[in-house]
Amino acid sequence: MTRIRVQREDFDIGAEFAALTAGRSDIGGIGCFVGTVRGPVAAMTLEHYPAMTERAIAHIVAEAERRWDLLGCTVIHRVGRLLPGENIVLVLAAAGHRQPALDATAFLIDWLKTKAPFWKQEESEGGVTWVEAREQDDAAAARWGVKE
Amino acid sequence: MADAALTILYFAWLRERTGTAEERVTPPREVATVGALIAWLTEQSPGHASAFANLRTVRCAVNQEFADPATRVSAGDEVAFFPPVTGG
Repeated sequence: MTRIRVQREDFDIGAEFAALTAGRSDIGGIGCFVGTVRGPVAAMTLEHYPAMTERAIAHIVAEAERRWDLLGCTVIHRVGRLLPGENIVLVLAAAGHRQPALDATAFLIDWLKTKAPFWKQEESEGGVTWVEAREQDDAAAARWGVKE
Repeated sequence: MADAALTILYFAWLRERTGTAEERVTPPREVATVGALIAWLTEQSPGHASAFANLRTVRCAVNQEFADPATRVSAGDEVAFFPPVTGG
């Protein structure tokens, strides 16, 4: 089962694990990635393209499911103004064994960073600036053999 | 005559430079691709020209799917312009 949410409020990682595994005995491993706001910024504001975001994430999850035998995925991405230390994104990928769970988790976050329509704006002492896309992120996405 | 209007959306600094998040435009009939639309929009105001000054930093979606300069646009489409994404 796939759960995709875009929301302002924080997420409860334990509750999301419980929802992913409830009533199942076929899962052997769950990969987990949590992205958080890193200082020294004063705050980070995330904007997105509401009509497109969930569809773009669904494409990315479908690609992960095509590549690995997954038993469930959860992707939750926050939007709005977030402070250092706050959660931004949660990725969970459940599979029968650890390797597909770990690989799919890494794949999902790498592709989310380059293919889902979110934009970060940083607030710092110098003012407000839009975060520029990083070539390392494109390289991280490309290592999975990017099919655009 | 059919309404040939497109809905154009701008995100992040493209919104700031154009000064609008959303506009309805009716370009001439020969504007049939994203590339031609960008060229036409660039002429509409100094803010638009500034937004599209460096196309290496502009990405596009047509009807909520990623697009490129060759992607065709037609009446009723929703065309969004934005910087390379930085989520995650």
